[in-house]
Amino acid sequence: MNELIKKIVSEFKGEGRDKLIPVLQKVQSEIGFISKEAVVEIGSVLNLPSSKIYGVATFYNQFRFEPKGKYHILVCRGTACHVKGSADTLEAVERELGIKAGKTSRDGLFSIEVVACLGACGLAPLLCVNDEFYANVSRDKVSEIIKSYRKRESEA
Amino acid sequence: MNNNIIENNCWKEAGSVSPELLKELSKKQFSVKPDDAEMIKRLTREKIDRPVIYIGAGTCGLGAGAKATRKQIEKYLADNNMNADILEVGCIGLCSAEPLVDIQIPGKTRVSFKNITAEKVASLLDNFFSGNIPEDKVLGQFHSQSSAPWDNVPFLSQHPFFAPQKRWVLINCGIVDPLNIEEYVSRGGYASLFTALTKNNPTEVCDIVEKSGLRGRGGGGFPTGKKWKFAASGKSEQKYLICNADEGDPGAFMDRAVIEGDPFRLLEGMTIAAYGIGASKGYIYIRAEYPLAIERLYHAMEKAKKYGLLGHNILGTDFNFDLTIKMGAGAFVCGEETALMNSIEGKRGMPRPRPPYPAVSGLFGKPTIINNVETLTNIPMIFFKGADYFSSFGTPTSKGTKVFALSGKVSRTGLVEIEMGTTLRDIVFKIGGGCPNGKKYKAAQIGGPSGGCIPDSQADIEIDYEKLKTVGAIMGSGGLVVMDENTCMVDVAKFFMDFIQRESCGKCIPCREGTKRLLEILENITKGRKGKSEEESLLRMQGIITMEQLARVIGSTSLCGLGQTASNPVLSTLRWFRNEYEEHIFDRHCSAGVCKELIEYSIDEHKCKGCTLCARKCPVSAIMGKAKTPHYIIPDKCIACGQCKSVCPFDAVFTK
Repeated sequence: MNELIKKIVSEFKGEGRDKLIPVLQKVQSEIGFISKEAVVEIGSVLNLPSSKIYGVATFYNQFRFEPKGKYHILVCRGTACHVKGSADTLEAVERELGIKAGKTSRDGLFSIEVVACLGACGLAPLLCVNDEFYANVSRDKVSEIIKSYRKRESEA
Repeated sequence: MNNNIIENNCWKEAGSVSPELLKELSKKQFSVKPDDAEMIKRLTREKIDRPVIYIGAGTCGLGAGAKATRKQIEKYLADNNMNADILEVGCIGLCSAEPLVDIQIPGKTRVSFKNITAEKVASLLDNFFSGNIPEDKVLGQFHSQSSAPWDNVPFLSQHPFFAPQKRWVLINCGIVDPLNIEEYVSRGGYASLFTALTKNNPTEVCDIVEKSGLRGRGGGGFPTGKKWKFAASGKSEQKYLICNADEGDPGAFMDRAVIEGDPFRLLEGMTIAAYGIGASKGYIYIRAEYPLAIERLYHAMEKAKKYGLLGHNILGTDFNFDLTIKMGAGAFVCGEETALMNSIEGKRGMPRPRPPYPAVSGLFGKPTIINNVETLTNIPMIFFKGADYFSSFGTPTSKGTKVFALSGKVSRTGLVEIEMGTTLRDIVFKIGGGCPNGKKYKAAQIGGPSGGCIPDSQADIEIDYEKLKTVGAIMGSGGLVVMDENTCMVDVAKFFMDFIQRESCGKCIPCREGTKRLLEILENITKGRKGKSEEESLLRMQGIITMEQLARVIGSTSLCGLGQTASNPVLSTLRWFRNEYEEHIFDRHCSAGVCKELIEYSIDEHKCKGCTLCARKCPVSAIMGKAKTPHYIIPDKCIACGQCKSVCPFDAVFTK
C-alpha cells in the first residue's frame, strides 16, 4: 500500500499547490480513501504541512478517510429526489445494511454515502452502486437491489 | 403543411456548414473537403446506406437501462443477421421517456421510441423492420429535407413536450454523435469561431456579445459582454477564462447534459470568449460526480487540438488558447466565483471579499472571467445568427432562451429550453403535463437552494430575471422542481436549510451560525410534543418569533452569494405558505403528511382483516393483534415510518 502511495504521489514531484486537489483525487481513486500515510507523503512531495492538507481534504465532501466497501452505495438527496421520497429510500438502505450513512459495513462489503445530487433528477429517487444507476428507487425496491449484490457476492 | 411545421420547429435554428471553414480545416487533413456535399449529407445522416439505431446514452439514459437495451439490440441484430449502425447519442431531454431509441432506415425519416427497456427491444425491432410503427411506443418522427416522412406518425416537434420549446443551446443534444467533430462541423459547428477570429477583432467580439443582451445563466444574471469588457480592458500579460461546470445546485443537470450531448459547442463558445477577453489559458471546473461528461470533454479537446481548433495558432491565426480540466471535489460553495478560484489554486473553497472583482484580480491574481456552461454555449448562436437576431427573442431585460431542468412531481420530466418570457404555468402544464395521478399543483421551486417557491397563484409569471425576483425567487442555474399537494413546504424549507448549513464554508458568522440556528428552529416546528419539557416548548415559540428576523439578517450580512441567498427558501415559503407554518406551529399538524412526528397512524378496525402483514413489517413491533382479528398500533412505540400503510392490502391503515 505504502509503495503504491509513493508511486502515485511521486508523479506530482516539483508541482505547486494547485496540484494538491488532483493528488488527493488520484490517491482516493487508486486506494479508495485518504490514509494518514498518504497525507504525510503528499506533504513531503508538495512541500506542505499535513495540517494544510487535512484542512483542504476535510473541506471537500469527496474525500473519505476510511476505506469504502466493495459495493459503494450513493444515495442521492437532491431536491427532486427529496420531493419524491429519498429520505425513505435512505432510511431503507440504512436499515437493510444495519449501518448509517458515511459508514462501511463490518464485512467490508457495503458502504453508504449521501450525495447532494447525481444529476439525473428526471429519474428520482436515484441510487448508484459502483457507477451503476438505479432509477425510481422507492423504499420497497431497496432490499431487492441489495439482495442482488449479496447474491452476486455469495456466487463469486 | 410540412413547411409550416418546420417553421414552428423547436430545432429550426440548425446551422449549415461553412465552406471557408472547411477550406481552412483542410490544411490539417480534416476529412470533410469543402466541395464534398455528399460527405456532409452522410455526416448529418440526411443520407444513409443502412439502418442507424440511436440510443440515448446520457447519464439519465444509462440510469434507465440504456446499457441493457444496447446489448439486446446488438444481440437482435446478430441473431437476425442484420447490418446496422448503433450510435450512442446524448440526452434529448425527455428523461421520463428514457431509455430512448431512435431508428432510421434509408430514405425514411428518423423515428423516436420511448421507454425501450431491454425486454421491449425484440418486439420493437420485429415490428419496425416489417414496416409497422408500434403506436404505443412511438414518440415522434424527425424532420428531414431529403427523406420521406412516415405516414400517420406524429412529428417530434409537435409533441407537447417539444412544441413550446425553442432549442438553441440544446439544439444538438440527443441528436448528434457527441464524439464526432466532423458531424459537429457539418451541422454548422465552429463556423461562429471562424467568423469571430477572421472577421472581428476582440473588442468587436465583446461588443457583439454585449449588444446581444446575453446575461449570465449561472444565477446572477450579470450582462456577459460587460463582464468580458472589464477583463479585456485590463492590462496583464496573462488572463484566464474559467468555465464553471460545478453544477452543485441539487435539482439542476443541464450543464451535464450539454457537455455529454454536445461537448464541442462548449469548446467553441469558450474559445470565442477567450479571444474576446484576450485569455490564453482556460479552465473547465467540473464536478467529479460527472464521469461521463469529463470523459467526453477530454475526447472533444483532443479532437479539437488535432484540427487546430484549440491550442496554438487556432484556425491559422496567431491566437493561442490552452484548456485544462479541473475536477471539483464536491463543495456547493465552489459555484461562487472567488471560492472556485481558491479551489483551483488548491486551497479550501472559501470566498474572498469583493472588490477586487475577478475581472481585475482573479485566479493567481490575474484578470479572470468566469462563465457558466450555459452562458458559454449560447455564444456560438450569437455569432451564427447575429446579435440583433438573438436579442429579438425574450423580454426587454432578458434575451434569448433559458434551459430548465424540470423534475419533481410532474408527468414529463427532463431538460426544457424555452424563450424568455414564457410563463411558468406553460412550462409546468403544457411542457411538463402537470402533476401525475391527478394531484393538485402546489408550487414550483426555482433557483435551487438560493431560490424560492412560486405558488399556484403566481404561476402566470413570465420567466425573466427581474420578474422572478418580485415573487421571491431567482433565475438561478435552472433547477425547476415541481411540488404537489403531498409536499410539505415547511419540510422543503428544512431540506434546503439542512443543505445550506452543511455546505456553508464557515468563513463568515451570519452564514455559519445563522443557518444552523434557522435549521434548529425549523426542526423544532416539525417535531411533535412527545417527551418535550416545558422549557423546550418555550424555546420553540421563541425560535418561531425570531425566525423571520434571523433569516433577513443572514441575507443582509453574509459575505458571499451563498449566504446572502441562504434564507430565500425560508422567506419565500413563509411569504406564500404562511398558513402551513401556522398549521405546524399551532395545530401540530402536517396536512401533506410528510412531517413524521406530526402524523399518527391508526388501523381501521372495520377494514382490517388481521392478515398480520403490517405487524411482521413493523420495525419496532408497535403493531399488536392476533391473526384474523383487527390489529392496532401502540402510539408510544410507533416511529411513523409508514411501512404498515404501504404494505396493507386492504387500505386499513390511515393517518390523522
